[in-house]
Amino acid sequence: MSNAPALAEGFPDLSSLKVAREPHWGRWLTAIVILAIVAAIGRAFAQGQIEWSYVGRFLTAPVIVQGIVNTMVMAVLAMALGILLGIVVAIMRLSPNPVLKSVASGYTWLFRGTPLILQLLLWFNLALVFPTIGIPGVWTARAVDLMTPFLAALLGLGINQGAYTSEVMRAGLLSVDIGQYEAAQAIGMGRLQALRRIVLPQAMRVVLPPLGNEFIGLVKATSLASVIQYPEVLHNAENIYYANSRVIELLIVAGLWYLLVVSILTPLQMLLERRFARGIARGGR
Amino acid sequence: MKTPLVAIRKVSKSFGEFQALRQVSLDIWPGEVVCLIGQSGSGKTTLLRCVNQLTSIDSGGIWLDGELLGLRERGGRLHRLNEVEIARQRLKCGMVFQRFNLFPHMTALENVIEGPVQVQKRKASEAKLEAMELLRRVGLAEKANSYPSQLSGGQQQRVAIARALAMKPELVLFDEPTSALDPELVGEVLAVMKELATSGMTMLVVTHELGFAREVADRVVYMDQGAIVEAGPAKDLLTAPREARTRAFLAAEV
Repeated sequence: MSNAPALAEGFPDLSSLKVAREPHWGRWLTAIVILAIVAAIGRAFAQGQIEWSYVGRFLTAPVIVQGIVNTMVMAVLAMALGILLGIVVAIMRLSPNPVLKSVASGYTWLFRGTPLILQLLLWFNLALVFPTIGIPGVWTARAVDLMTPFLAALLGLGINQGAYTSEVMRAGLLSVDIGQYEAAQAIGMGRLQALRRIVLPQAMRVVLPPLGNEFIGLVKATSLASVIQYPEVLHNAENIYYANSRVIELLIVAGLWYLLVVSILTPLQMLLERRFARGIARGGR
Repeated sequence: MKTPLVAIRKVSKSFGEFQALRQVSLDIWPGEVVCLIGQSGSGKTTLLRCVNQLTSIDSGGIWLDGELLGLRERGGRLHRLNEVEIARQRLKCGMVFQRFNLFPHMTALENVIEGPVQVQKRKASEAKLEAMELLRRVGLAEKANSYPSQLSGGQQQRVAIARALAMKPELVLFDEPTSALDPELVGEVLAVMKELATSGMTMLVVTHELGFAREVADRVVYMDQGAIVEAGPAKDLLTAPREARTRAFLAAEV
């Protein structure tokens, strides 16, 4: 008692009372209103001119499943190409070499500055510009044979993605403290080794959320490759409704598949983020 | 005749209009501990960074172990060395930073073996044994598997010292190694540095810890406005400075 500080009178002891839970009437009310709206929309669709049996039948049709597989194969390959190009271009952009810098800026300018669908059409119709491709005397091929819908889609989507990814990567590289480069140099590392061992692993942590965003965008952007006859899910759905005129039903089928894929990707991204958060303590030790 | 481990001759460096170093010359002898003192902006950190080529010099020359750093004389002109050659020259000196700069995505042990394994291409098992020995030497063997974010500032700086020593350098540079630390953590880092000095390591230390300089340094160099004002044995310079500017600085520090 003698060591405690002297306290003034007139302040009741609240230490035995609990803080009450608020009922939150407003939240309940808004939730009910929103449920009612959703139910009304659902009812309208159920009574609308949609043959739901077609949706169920075509959801697992082999040609649709093959379509979504093609969509995913293209998205993964184009993203891989995009990330590869993105890293290289971001490093070029931050290099002291003015030639590399200009090439990198030019690339980003060109491929971000034109519509993706236009780039896809250009790649697909490359044969109109260059009837034969190759190194004269060593190896040549007819462009029409070479530039399949698959290759045109991969180049179009991947190179376009690289232009966007390079900016994401550049932001990631810039987010790493300059002291990390210096510490890497001080133990005798060259620029590229320091990037690979020290800077990129730290940049990945920053880069993953926007990259996940980019990938989800790319999954849906593959649908543009339908214009160059790449058999992804939307293209295949279109082919079916050209034959049976069930336009809305097949668009819903494709839409459900896109939603499913994106729903699976989100938790995958979180797993990856956890992997790259190694050593980073959030909110203290 | 003996040769100095580091010979700095008429080194100048400007950052735009600001002249950070003006014709600085200094020798550091093998086994010597030299402390650089002076106000912020006096050029002491710049001089230290020039020795490790984190900053390139504008004119003059620095020799480490008899080898001219960062430059090569050919046909009466100086040419800058390429990145690979500079990286090789850096292997001879270790560096300890004010803000530790440990690699946050690696454990203490991984930080220490990174240079030996990735740069010097030594066997991981061998490097690990040596790294554990170094961590023991700085009193952190039990923290080998901790990440930097799990260590206090003083512990991080001791890991950083172990990381510098793992490269088996001939010289260790310290850039204000205790300035970013809470006061109660300064002592543990200075104790490790003292032990290192006693073991015969050549050290160039930029510091505000005049007590450490008095106790450990063989020589103290006082810099002001990019130039060396006065250099001499620690006890002489710190207790009986000859220059008025040194006296004013020391009076303000105490």
